[in-house]
Amino acid sequence: MNPFIEIITQPDNIAIVIMIVMVTFFTLWGFQQAFQNDKLKASGYAVDGELDKDVDTFKPLVRIELIISLVVMLFLTIWSIWVDAPLEEIANPTITPNPAKAPWYFLGLQELLVYFDPWLAGVVLPTLIVVGLLAIPYIDINPKGNGYYTFEERKYAIVIFAFGFFILWLLLIVIGVFDRGPGWLWYWPWEEWDHQRVVFEPTRDLTQVIGIESRSIPGFIIGAIVVIGYYVAGMLLPLRHWRKNNPELLAQLGMIRYNLIMFLFVTMMSVPIKMVLRLVFLVKYVWITPWFNV
Amino acid sequence: MNSLYDKVKKNLIWKSVFRRDYRDNARSRAMAIFGNVFLHLHPVKVRESAVKLRYTWGMGGITFLAFIILTITGVVLMFYYHPTVDLAYLDMKDLEFQAPYGVISRNLHRWAAHFMVIVVMIHMFRVFMTGSYKAPRQFNWGIGVILLVLTFLLSFTGYLLPWDQLGFWAITVGTNMGAATPLLGFQGPFSEYLHITPYNDVRFALLGGASVGGNALLRSYIWHCIAIPLISIILMFVHFWRVRKDGGISRPQH
Ligand code: HEM
Ligand code: HEM
Repeated sequence: MNPFIEIITQPDNIAIVIMIVMVTFFTLWGFQQAFQNDKLKASGYAVDGELDKDVDTFKPLVRIELIISLVVMLFLTIWSIWVDAPLEEIANPTITPNPAKAPWYFLGLQELLVYFDPWLAGVVLPTLIVVGLLAIPYIDINPKGNGYYTFEERKYAIVIFAFGFFILWLLLIVIGVFDRGPGWLWYWPWEEWDHQRVVFEPTRDLTQVIGIESRSIPGFIIGAIVVIGYYVAGMLLPLRHWRKNNPELLAQLGMIRYNLIMFLFVTMMSVPIKMVLRLVFLVKYVWITPWFNV
Repeated sequence: MNSLYDKVKKNLIWKSVFRRDYRDNARSRAMAIFGNVFLHLHPVKVRESAVKLRYTWGMGGITFLAFIILTITGVVLMFYYHPTVDLAYLDMKDLEFQAPYGVISRNLHRWAAHFMVIVVMIHMFRVFMTGSYKAPRQFNWGIGVILLVLTFLLSFTGYLLPWDQLGFWAITVGTNMGAATPLLGFQGPFSEYLHITPYNDVRFALLGGASVGGNALLRSYIWHCIAIPLISIILMFVHFWRVRKDGGISRPQH
């Protein structure tokens, strides 16, 4: 069979195809409403929902809930008649499949293992994702855009969230499902997996690029300066910029909020930065210490 | 026709179940909601935005429906399932070849599980896009984030139960991350200062052993079928309660 058809029709991967279709559909629908509301507002009209009245729960809401429930149950029933849940060989601790993949919703995190050591990719970053999500309502102090779709009034919030959700979470999952084969090597979905293939990719550490041994004292010091400097610069430069251009916003935010936002943001951006370092410049570690490597 | 209607409705049994006749007036419509345990999760009147599909996409409700389907099919599967290394895999084969409707029960459970993970993420996206986490709904967003994590964990713990290669290695890959926890995992940074070994670290606590085995299967089973569903149900009711107490589905603020 054509490898592309084969990989997208594997029972578990059908769910990913359904996810891609659903996410695309709802994203378009959401943004379409956002732009429409922005247009309404710009020409002085009320946004969608502003003039809503109360209606009875019975029947309008109960009716629509019933219809959706029936549609969803019908959909799941057809899916279940059509595709059988996979069952592989009985678990065998002595035979490691290659690749050994985590469940699909964690493949984004598994993909991060290419760029970060497990304590970062598997523990610290997921913890920060949850902390970051929990923090959103408390750090986003923009009162606008509450209760309707809009883009214009919440540009930064939406762009940052969308980057995290679509690129760092969903796209990495799709890559993990469709583009990672034996040895976690890259395969396009239409390529045949080759279990014999090895890729020798000499990686180096950042300081080795400028000829300094990363496991030496100077290497340690330079690495520390780069990592700590990245955080300090990432958190101080916007501060200086806002002090000059938008001091009211800064005063509204307060120092605690400002620091939390920038810490989370700088950490989030470290993910694409390390991906580029690794993929384009073949840099493995930035900072080697006796306890951990970054 | 009318006499059949009378026969069905004008007797002691029917009247003991349905207290009132339904007439299409305001009082009757309100009674239909708060006279019913399940419907009475809803207020009697709602904003139009709660009814319009284009606003909520129905995603929160669909997530809840998926959970209900999973609970029902999950309980069916429990009748056939032994959480032991010797029997778990054979039970899967029994479901496939012996148990009546075994195949469809298992299929429904697995696809509804994937479906729930997909729709809960889309629900979060919609809540974000409408800014519905803003005051006064900050806390309910937090409850939602915990529910999101619990949904992942439910699916994760369920994955091991068939005891096949797919689940076994997925759980091995996943729980190996526990071993990398700073301070508390034996491969994590600084753990040597706390004398952490493979036999007392985070992964050991997750698996009930240093690798995935019978104890891990039992732990997965109990988390999956009892502990996490219980916690989720409680949090879902807090979540729904708060949707109402925070003023119903969000709408443009003036
Ligand atoms: C109260 C609710 C639930 C009960 C009693 C339950 C019970 C079970 C049982 C007995 C199994 C083993 C049978 C099998 O593997 O086919 C199982 C598997 C599974 N469960 Fe659940 N479950 C519940 C809810 C959930 C939820 C909410 C999710 C996901 C969000 C989920 C995801 C899974 C998955 C992915 C499997 C593996 C399916 C497979 O074997 O193909 N379960 N569950
Ligand atoms: C098991 C998971 C969940 C279930 C069953 C659930 C269910 C629901 C339901 C039925 C609603 C009513 C409106 C609607 O359908 O959109 C709702 C609203 C809401 N949900 Fe969830 N939810 C879950 C997870 C989440 C998550 C992951 C988040 C966010 C991170 C979240 C945040 C909210 C908020 C803030 C509202 C109020 C929205 C508004 O007023 O417009 N929920 N949820």
